[in-house]
Amino acid sequence: MNKLVTEVLQGSVRAMARLITLVENEDPCSLEYLGAIYPHTGNAHVLGITGSPGTGKSTLTDRITTALRRRAQSVGIIAVDPSSPFTGGALLGDRIRMQRASGDSEVFIRSMATRGNLGGLARTTADVVKIMDAFGKDWIIVETVGVGQDEVDIVRTADTTIVVLAPGLGDTIQSMKAGVMEIADLYAVNKADRSGAEALLTEVKLRVEQDAEIKKTLWQAPVLKTVALDDQGTESLLDAVVSHRNFLKQSGNFEIVRREKAREETLSLLKEEISRTMVEKILGNGRFEALIDDIVAFRKDPYTSVQEIVGTIFPDSE
Amino acid sequence: MAGKKRIKVIMAKPGLDGHDRGAKLLARVFAEAGMEVVYTGLRQTPELIVDTALQEDADVVGLSSLSGVHNYFFPRVVELLRGKGLDDVLVVGGGIIPEEDVPGLKDSGVAAIFGPGTRTEDIVKFIEKEVRTQ
Repeated sequence: MNKLVTEVLQGSVRAMARLITLVENEDPCSLEYLGAIYPHTGNAHVLGITGSPGTGKSTLTDRITTALRRRAQSVGIIAVDPSSPFTGGALLGDRIRMQRASGDSEVFIRSMATRGNLGGLARTTADVVKIMDAFGKDWIIVETVGVGQDEVDIVRTADTTIVVLAPGLGDTIQSMKAGVMEIADLYAVNKADRSGAEALLTEVKLRVEQDAEIKKTLWQAPVLKTVALDDQGTESLLDAVVSHRNFLKQSGNFEIVRREKAREETLSLLKEEISRTMVEKILGNGRFEALIDDIVAFRKDPYTSVQEIVGTIFPDSE
Repeated sequence: MAGKKRIKVIMAKPGLDGHDRGAKLLARVFAEAGMEVVYTGLRQTPELIVDTALQEDADVVGLSSLSGVHNYFFPRVVELLRGKGLDDVLVVGGGIIPEEDVPGLKDSGVAAIFGPGTRTEDIVKFIEKEVRTQ
Protein backbone atom coordinates (compact mmCIF):
# COMPACT_ATOMS: atom_id res chain seq x y z
CA MET A 1 0.00 0.00 0.00
CA ASN A 2 1.03 3.56 -0.54
CA LYS A 3 3.37 4.94 2.15
CA LEU A 4 1.32 8.05 2.83
CA VAL A 5 -1.88 6.04 3.28
CA THR A 6 -0.12 3.61 5.60
CA GLU A 7 1.12 6.49 7.72
CA VAL A 8 -2.37 7.95 7.94
CA LEU A 9 -3.74 4.59 9.09
CA GLN A 10 -0.96 4.42 11.67
CA GLY A 11 -2.04 7.76 13.06
CA SER A 12 0.42 10.27 11.60
CA VAL A 13 -1.11 13.74 11.78
CA ARG A 14 1.42 15.07 9.30
CA ALA A 15 0.57 12.36 6.77
CA MET A 16 -3.16 13.08 7.18
CA ALA A 17 -2.57 16.78 6.56
CA ARG A 18 -0.52 16.04 3.44
CA LEU A 19 -3.04 13.56 2.10
CA ILE A 20 -5.86 16.05 2.59
CA THR A 21 -3.93 18.59 0.53
CA LEU A 22 -3.43 16.11 -2.32
CA VAL A 23 -7.12 15.26 -2.31
CA GLU A 24 -8.11 18.90 -2.06
CA ASN A 25 -5.91 19.71 -5.05
CA GLU A 26 -7.44 16.80 -6.95
CA ASP A 27 -3.94 15.50 -7.53
CA PRO A 28 -3.82 12.68 -10.10
CA CYS A 29 -2.87 10.17 -7.37
CA SER A 30 -5.73 11.11 -5.09
CA LEU A 31 -8.23 8.59 -6.46
CA GLU A 32 -5.80 5.75 -5.80
CA TYR A 33 -5.20 7.01 -2.24
CA LEU A 34 -8.92 7.35 -1.58
CA GLY A 35 -9.46 3.85 -2.88
CA ALA A 36 -6.93 2.55 -0.35
CA ILE A 37 -8.55 4.59 2.43
CA TYR A 38 -12.12 3.49 1.75
CA PRO A 39 -12.08 0.05 3.46
CA HIS A 40 -11.02 1.78 6.70
CA THR A 41 -13.94 4.19 6.79
CA GLY A 42 -17.45 3.93 8.19
CA ASN A 43 -16.66 4.17 11.89
CA ALA A 44 -16.98 7.87 12.60
CA HIS A 45 -20.22 9.69 13.19
CA VAL A 46 -20.39 12.68 10.86
CA LEU A 47 -22.11 15.73 12.28
CA GLY A 48 -23.02 18.56 9.92
CA ILE A 49 -23.42 22.09 11.20
CA THR A 50 -25.07 24.55 8.87
CA GLY A 51 -26.96 27.82 8.97
CA SER A 52 -26.84 31.44 7.85
CA PRO A 53 -23.70 33.54 8.27
CA GLY A 54 -23.31 34.88 11.78
CA THR A 55 -25.61 32.43 13.54
CA GLY A 56 -22.67 31.06 15.54
CA LYS A 57 -21.76 27.86 13.71
CA SER A 58 -18.04 28.04 14.46
CA THR A 59 -18.49 28.84 18.14
CA LEU A 60 -21.06 26.07 18.48
CA THR A 61 -18.67 23.67 16.72
CA ASP A 62 -16.01 24.59 19.27
CA ARG A 63 -18.34 23.97 22.21
CA ILE A 64 -19.70 20.69 20.85
CA THR A 65 -16.11 19.58 20.32
CA THR A 66 -15.15 20.32 23.91
CA ALA A 67 -18.30 18.49 25.06
CA LEU A 68 -17.27 15.48 22.97
CA ARG A 69 -13.80 15.65 24.47
CA ARG A 70 -15.34 15.53 27.96
CA ARG A 71 -16.89 12.24 26.79
CA ALA A 72 -13.43 11.04 25.71
CA GLN A 73 -14.27 11.12 22.01
CA SER A 74 -11.67 12.17 19.43
CA VAL A 75 -12.79 14.80 16.94
CA GLY A 76 -11.95 15.94 13.42
CA ILE A 77 -13.33 19.26 12.25
CA ILE A 78 -13.68 20.47 8.69
CA ALA A 79 -14.51 24.16 8.55
CA VAL A 80 -15.55 25.35 5.12
CA ASP A 81 -15.42 28.99 4.04
CA PRO A 82 -16.03 30.49 0.60
CA SER A 83 -13.38 31.11 -2.06
CA SER A 84 -13.60 34.38 -3.91
CA PRO A 85 -15.20 33.80 -7.30
CA PHE A 86 -13.03 36.66 -8.57
CA THR A 87 -9.52 35.89 -7.31
CA GLY A 88 -9.84 32.26 -6.20
CA GLY A 89 -8.36 33.25 -2.85
CA ALA A 90 -10.04 32.70 0.49
CA LEU A 91 -9.97 34.03 4.00
CA LEU A 92 -10.56 31.11 6.31
CA GLY A 93 -11.57 32.52 9.67
CA ASP A 94 -13.41 29.75 11.47
CA ARG A 95 -10.44 28.81 13.60
CA ILE A 96 -10.64 32.12 15.45
CA ARG A 97 -13.80 30.85 17.15
CA MET A 98 -12.36 27.44 17.87
CA GLN A 99 -9.79 28.44 20.46
CA ARG A 100 -10.92 25.92 23.07
CA ALA A 101 -10.75 22.96 20.74
CA SER A 102 -7.50 23.90 19.04
CA GLY A 103 -4.48 22.97 21.08
CA ASP A 104 -6.06 19.66 22.08
CA SER A 105 -3.97 16.93 20.47
CA GLU A 106 -7.06 14.74 19.98
CA VAL A 107 -8.70 17.42 17.87
CA PHE A 108 -7.70 17.94 14.24
CA ILE A 109 -9.05 21.05 12.54
CA ARG A 110 -8.81 21.63 8.83
CA SER A 111 -10.06 24.73 7.06
CA MET A 112 -11.26 24.26 3.50
CA ALA A 113 -12.09 26.81 0.84
CA THR A 114 -15.02 26.02 -1.46
CA ARG A 115 -12.89 26.58 -4.59
CA GLY A 116 -15.86 27.46 -6.71
CA ASN A 117 -18.18 24.71 -5.53
CA LEU A 118 -21.71 25.74 -4.71
CA GLY A 119 -23.82 23.85 -2.23
CA GLY A 120 -22.09 24.92 0.98
CA LEU A 121 -19.10 22.55 0.88
CA ALA A 122 -15.97 22.10 -1.21
CA ARG A 123 -16.09 19.45 -3.92
CA THR A 124 -13.71 17.26 -1.95
CA THR A 125 -15.11 17.75 1.56
CA ALA A 126 -16.71 14.30 1.61
CA ASP A 127 -13.33 12.78 0.69
CA VAL A 128 -11.63 14.65 3.51
CA VAL A 129 -14.28 13.24 5.87
CA LYS A 130 -13.21 9.76 4.75
CA ILE A 131 -9.55 10.49 5.46
CA MET A 132 -10.33 11.65 9.03
CA ASP A 133 -12.61 8.64 9.46
CA ALA A 134 -9.87 6.22 8.37
CA PHE A 135 -7.39 8.01 10.62
CA GLY A 136 -9.62 6.99 13.50
CA LYS A 137 -11.53 10.07 14.59
CA ASP A 138 -14.66 9.07 16.51
CA TRP A 139 -16.57 12.15 15.41
CA ILE A 140 -16.17 14.37 12.40
CA ILE A 141 -17.83 17.76 12.47
CA VAL A 142 -18.36 19.48 9.14
CA GLU A 143 -19.15 23.16 9.35
CA THR A 144 -20.56 24.51 6.10
CA VAL A 145 -20.13 27.99 4.70
CA GLY A 146 -22.74 30.42 5.90
CA VAL A 147 -25.66 29.29 3.77
CA GLY A 148 -28.66 31.02 2.32
CA GLN A 149 -31.51 28.71 1.54
CA ASP A 150 -30.32 26.42 -1.17
CA GLU A 151 -27.00 25.00 -0.06
CA VAL A 152 -27.85 21.55 1.17
CA ASP A 153 -24.86 19.39 0.14
CA ILE A 154 -24.17 18.73 3.81
CA VAL A 155 -27.12 16.35 4.00
CA ARG A 156 -25.30 13.98 1.63
CA THR A 157 -22.16 14.06 3.76
CA ALA A 158 -23.41 14.12 7.36
CA ASP A 159 -25.18 11.43 9.37
CA THR A 160 -26.77 14.06 11.58
CA THR A 161 -27.32 17.67 10.53
CA ILE A 162 -27.85 20.57 12.90
CA VAL A 163 -29.36 23.72 11.42
CA VAL A 164 -28.23 26.66 13.51
CA LEU A 165 -30.60 29.64 13.71
CA ALA A 166 -30.35 32.93 15.52
CA PRO A 167 -33.00 35.53 16.33
CA GLY A 168 -33.32 38.67 14.28
CA LEU A 169 -32.77 37.27 10.80
CA GLY A 170 -36.26 36.79 9.40
CA ASP A 171 -39.93 36.14 9.98
CA THR A 172 -42.26 33.13 9.98
CA ILE A 173 -42.30 32.70 6.25
CA GLN A 174 -38.52 32.26 6.18
CA SER A 175 -38.85 29.18 8.33
CA MET A 176 -41.50 27.75 6.00
CA LYS A 177 -39.41 27.98 2.86
CA ALA A 178 -37.69 25.11 1.11
CA GLY A 179 -34.03 24.19 1.29
CA VAL A 180 -31.95 24.41 4.42
CA MET A 181 -34.94 24.18 6.76
CA GLU A 182 -35.78 20.80 5.26
CA ILE A 183 -32.51 19.10 6.10
CA ALA A 184 -32.40 19.53 9.86
CA ASP A 185 -32.26 16.50 12.11
CA LEU A 186 -31.96 19.02 14.92
CA TYR A 187 -32.41 22.74 15.24
CA ALA A 188 -30.26 24.86 17.49
CA VAL A 189 -31.71 28.27 18.27
CA ASN A 190 -28.42 29.92 19.15
CA LYS A 191 -27.90 33.30 20.82
CA ALA A 192 -30.98 32.32 22.81
CA ASP A 193 -30.28 35.04 25.38
CA ARG A 194 -31.16 37.68 22.80
CA SER A 195 -34.55 39.19 22.20
CA GLY A 196 -36.65 37.36 19.67
CA ALA A 197 -35.29 33.94 20.62
CA GLU A 198 -38.56 32.72 22.19
CA ALA A 199 -40.57 33.75 19.14
CA LEU A 200 -38.07 31.99 16.86
CA LEU A 201 -38.22 28.87 19.01
CA THR A 202 -42.03 28.80 18.80
CA GLU A 203 -41.92 29.33 15.04
CA VAL A 204 -39.47 26.53 14.41
CA LYS A 205 -41.37 24.16 16.70
CA LEU A 206 -44.49 24.95 14.70
CA ARG A 207 -42.67 24.06 11.51
CA VAL A 208 -41.54 20.77 13.00
CA GLU A 209 -45.15 20.00 13.98
CA GLN A 210 -46.27 20.81 10.44
CA ASP A 211 -43.53 18.51 9.10
CA ALA A 212 -44.85 15.70 11.28
CA GLU A 213 -48.34 16.27 9.82
CA ILE A 214 -47.15 16.36 6.24
CA LYS A 215 -44.37 13.80 6.08
CA LYS A 216 -45.18 11.24 8.78
CA THR A 217 -41.50 10.69 9.47
CA LEU A 218 -40.30 8.58 12.36
CA TRP A 219 -37.85 11.19 13.60
CA GLN A 220 -39.13 14.53 14.81
CA ALA A 221 -36.39 17.15 14.87
CA PRO A 222 -35.85 18.54 18.35
CA VAL A 223 -35.53 22.30 18.69
CA LEU A 224 -33.00 23.32 21.34
CA LYS A 225 -31.84 26.62 22.75
CA THR A 226 -28.11 27.35 22.99
CA VAL A 227 -25.88 30.24 23.91
CA ALA A 228 -22.67 28.96 22.39
CA LEU A 229 -20.59 31.88 23.59
CA ASP A 230 -21.36 30.97 27.23
CA ASP A 231 -21.40 27.22 26.55
CA GLN A 232 -25.09 27.03 27.53
CA GLY A 233 -27.18 24.19 26.14
CA THR A 234 -24.23 22.37 24.59
CA GLU A 235 -24.58 19.16 26.62
CA SER A 236 -28.32 18.90 25.86
CA LEU A 237 -27.63 19.53 22.19
CA LEU A 238 -25.01 16.79 22.13
CA ASP A 239 -27.40 14.45 23.97
CA ALA A 240 -29.95 15.09 21.22
CA VAL A 241 -27.34 14.37 18.55
CA VAL A 242 -26.50 11.08 20.26
CA SER A 243 -30.23 10.24 20.40
CA HIS A 244 -30.43 10.82 16.66
CA ARG A 245 -27.47 8.56 16.09
CA ASN A 246 -29.11 5.85 18.20
CA PHE A 247 -32.34 6.36 16.28
CA LEU A 248 -30.52 5.87 12.97
CA LYS A 249 -28.90 2.67 14.20
CA GLN A 250 -31.99 1.18 15.85
CA SER A 251 -34.53 2.08 13.18
CA GLY A 252 -32.45 0.52 10.44
CA ASN A 253 -32.38 3.88 8.71
CA PHE A 254 -28.62 4.00 9.03
CA GLU A 255 -28.09 1.18 6.57
CA ILE A 256 -30.69 2.58 4.17
CA VAL A 257 -29.10 6.01 4.24
CA ARG A 258 -25.61 4.54 3.90
CA ARG A 259 -26.68 2.66 0.77
CA GLU A 260 -28.32 5.76 -0.70
CA LYS A 261 -25.17 7.76 -0.08
CA ALA A 262 -22.91 5.08 -1.56
CA ARG A 263 -25.15 4.94 -4.61
CA GLU A 264 -25.21 8.68 -5.09
CA GLU A 265 -21.47 9.00 -4.58
CA THR A 266 -20.58 6.21 -6.98
CA LEU A 267 -22.99 7.56 -9.58
CA SER A 268 -21.54 11.04 -9.36
CA LEU A 269 -17.97 9.72 -9.64
CA LEU A 270 -19.05 7.67 -12.65
CA LYS A 271 -20.68 10.66 -14.33
CA GLU A 272 -17.60 12.75 -13.72
CA GLU A 273 -15.22 10.13 -15.05
CA ILE A 274 -17.34 9.39 -18.11
CA SER A 275 -17.74 13.03 -18.92
CA ARG A 276 -14.04 13.72 -18.44
CA THR A 277 -12.72 10.84 -20.54
CA MET A 278 -15.37 11.04 -23.24
CA VAL A 279 -15.23 14.79 -23.69
CA GLU A 280 -11.43 14.62 -23.85
CA LYS A 281 -11.69 12.02 -26.58
CA ILE A 282 -14.31 13.90 -28.55
CA LEU A 283 -12.41 17.16 -28.39
CA GLY A 284 -9.21 15.30 -29.26
CA ASN A 285 -10.33 13.84 -32.60
CA GLY A 286 -10.43 17.20 -34.34
CA ARG A 287 -13.90 16.89 -35.83
CA PHE A 288 -15.57 18.86 -33.08
CA GLU A 289 -14.54 22.27 -34.38
CA ALA A 290 -15.82 21.35 -37.85
CA LEU A 291 -19.12 20.39 -36.26
CA ILE A 292 -19.30 23.77 -34.54
CA ASP A 293 -18.72 25.43 -37.93
CA ASP A 294 -21.70 23.49 -39.29
CA ILE A 295 -23.83 24.54 -36.32
CA VAL A 296 -22.89 28.19 -36.68
CA ALA A 297 -23.75 28.01 -40.40
CA PHE A 298 -27.12 26.33 -39.58
CA ARG A 299 -26.15 23.26 -41.57
CA LYS A 300 -26.60 21.24 -38.40
CA ASP A 301 -28.34 21.76 -35.06
CA PRO A 302 -26.71 21.16 -31.66
CA TYR A 303 -29.47 18.86 -30.38
CA THR A 304 -29.30 16.24 -33.11
CA SER A 305 -25.51 16.53 -33.27
CA VAL A 306 -25.10 15.64 -29.59
CA GLN A 307 -27.37 12.61 -30.01
CA GLU A 308 -25.27 11.50 -32.99
CA ILE A 309 -22.00 11.81 -31.07
CA VAL A 310 -23.35 9.84 -28.12
CA GLY A 311 -24.72 7.28 -30.58
CA THR A 312 -21.26 6.67 -32.03
CA ILE A 313 -19.72 6.22 -28.56
CA PHE A 314 -22.46 3.94 -27.23
CA PRO A 315 -24.00 2.30 -30.31
CA ASP A 316 -26.28 0.16 -28.13
CA SER A 317 -27.79 2.99 -26.12
CA GLU A 318 -30.67 3.70 -28.52
CA MET B 1 -8.21 15.84 -12.98
CA ALA B 2 -6.17 18.98 -12.95
CA GLY B 3 -4.15 19.72 -9.84
CA LYS B 4 -5.32 22.97 -8.31
CA LYS B 5 -2.54 23.86 -5.95
CA ARG B 6 -3.08 27.04 -3.99
CA ILE B 7 -0.65 28.68 -1.58
CA LYS B 8 -1.90 28.23 1.98
CA VAL B 9 -0.87 30.84 4.50
CA ILE B 10 -1.31 30.93 8.27
CA MET B 11 -1.53 34.50 9.58
CA ALA B 12 -0.84 34.55 13.27
CA LYS B 13 -0.22 37.00 16.05
CA PRO B 14 1.93 35.45 18.75
CA GLY B 15 2.00 36.89 22.24
CA LEU B 16 -0.22 39.31 24.01
CA ASP B 17 -0.49 42.43 21.88
CA GLY B 18 -3.99 43.16 20.68
CA HIS B 19 -3.30 45.13 17.53
CA ASP B 20 -4.13 43.14 14.47
CA ARG B 21 -4.94 45.75 11.85
CA GLY B 22 -1.76 44.93 9.96
CA ALA B 23 -2.24 41.18 10.23
CA LYS B 24 -5.85 41.45 9.07
CA LEU B 25 -4.91 43.72 6.17
CA LEU B 26 -2.24 41.25 5.03
CA ALA B 27 -4.65 38.32 5.37
CA ARG B 28 -6.91 40.13 2.93
CA VAL B 29 -4.02 41.08 0.63
CA PHE B 30 -2.94 37.43 0.41
CA ALA B 31 -6.50 36.26 -0.25
CA GLU B 32 -6.85 38.89 -2.98
CA ALA B 33 -3.65 37.50 -4.49
CA GLY B 34 -5.38 34.11 -4.79
CA MET B 35 -3.96 32.46 -1.67
CA GLU B 36 -5.95 30.57 0.96
CA VAL B 37 -5.35 32.32 4.26
CA VAL B 38 -6.11 30.87 7.66
CA TYR B 39 -6.42 33.69 10.14
CA THR B 40 -5.86 32.39 13.66
CA GLY B 41 -6.70 35.46 15.72
CA LEU B 42 -4.87 37.07 18.59
CA ARG B 43 -2.78 35.76 21.45
CA GLN B 44 -1.46 32.60 19.88
CA THR B 45 1.27 30.58 21.52
CA PRO B 46 4.04 29.26 19.27
CA GLU B 47 2.71 25.74 19.97
CA LEU B 48 -0.77 26.67 18.71
CA ILE B 49 0.62 28.32 15.61
CA VAL B 50 2.72 25.27 14.77
CA ASP B 51 -0.21 22.90 15.40
CA THR B 52 -2.28 25.00 13.02
CA ALA B 53 0.45 24.92 10.37
CA LEU B 54 0.71 21.15 10.76
CA GLN B 55 -3.03 20.46 10.49
CA GLU B 56 -3.58 22.92 7.67
CA ASP B 57 -0.47 21.69 5.78
CA ALA B 58 0.54 25.32 5.42
CA ASP B 59 3.08 26.56 2.90
CA VAL B 60 3.69 29.82 4.71
CA VAL B 61 3.47 31.06 8.29
CA GLY B 62 3.19 34.83 8.62
CA LEU B 63 3.91 36.24 12.08
CA SER B 64 3.03 39.72 13.18
CA SER B 65 4.31 41.36 16.33
CA LEU B 66 4.09 44.92 17.56
CA SER B 67 4.98 44.38 21.18
CA GLY B 68 8.66 43.54 21.09
CA VAL B 69 8.37 39.79 21.64
CA HIS B 70 9.64 38.88 18.16
CA ASN B 71 13.13 37.86 19.32
CA TYR B 72 11.62 35.10 21.40
CA PHE B 73 8.48 34.15 19.49
CA PHE B 74 9.64 34.09 15.86
CA PRO B 75 12.67 31.78 16.37
CA ARG B 76 10.59 29.60 18.69
CA VAL B 77 7.97 29.08 15.95
CA VAL B 78 10.72 28.13 13.49
CA GLU B 79 12.27 25.75 16.01
CA LEU B 80 8.95 24.01 16.75
CA LEU B 81 8.13 23.73 13.04
CA ARG B 82 11.49 22.09 12.37
CA GLY B 83 10.93 19.82 15.37
CA LYS B 84 7.73 18.53 13.76
CA GLY B 85 9.48 17.93 10.46
CA LEU B 86 7.91 20.96 8.80
CA ASP B 87 11.22 22.03 7.30
CA ASP B 88 9.84 23.43 4.08
CA VAL B 89 7.37 25.87 5.62
CA LEU B 90 8.29 29.45 4.77
CA VAL B 91 8.26 31.67 7.86
CA VAL B 92 7.98 35.43 7.38
CA GLY B 93 7.53 38.16 9.94
CA GLY B 94 6.36 41.71 10.18
CA GLY B 95 5.40 44.47 12.55
CA ILE B 96 7.52 46.77 14.66
CA ILE B 97 10.92 45.15 14.53
CA PRO B 98 14.16 47.14 15.04
CA GLU B 99 16.65 46.96 12.18
CA GLU B 100 19.34 45.49 14.45
CA ASP B 101 17.15 42.47 15.28
CA VAL B 102 16.66 41.46 11.65
CA PRO B 103 19.97 39.59 11.06
CA GLY B 104 19.45 37.48 14.18
CA LEU B 105 15.90 36.59 13.14
CA LYS B 106 17.07 35.62 9.68
CA ASP B 107 19.82 33.47 11.19
CA SER B 108 17.18 31.66 13.20
CA GLY B 109 15.32 30.71 10.03
CA VAL B 110 12.85 33.52 9.45
CA ALA B 111 13.00 34.03 5.69
CA ALA B 112 12.13 37.72 5.67
CA ILE B 113 11.06 40.58 7.89
CA PHE B 114 8.68 43.15 6.47
CA GLY B 115 8.58 46.39 8.43
CA PRO B 116 6.07 49.23 8.26
CA GLY B 117 5.93 50.84 4.84
CA THR B 118 6.75 47.66 2.92
CA ARG B 119 4.64 47.54 -0.22
CA THR B 120 2.15 44.71 0.09
CA GLU B 121 2.76 43.60 -3.50
CA ASP B 122 6.43 43.08 -2.62
CA ILE B 123 5.42 40.72 0.19
CA VAL B 124 3.12 38.81 -2.17
CA LYS B 125 5.90 38.57 -4.76
CA PHE B 126 8.39 37.33 -2.17
CA ILE B 127 6.03 34.59 -1.02
CA GLU B 128 5.17 33.50 -4.54
CA LYS B 129 8.87 33.25 -5.35
CA GLU B 130 10.09 31.54 -2.21
CA VAL B 131 7.25 29.16 -1.38
CA ARG B 132 7.81 25.43 -1.74
CA THR B 133 6.71 24.12 -5.09
CA GLN B 134 5.29 20.85 -3.80
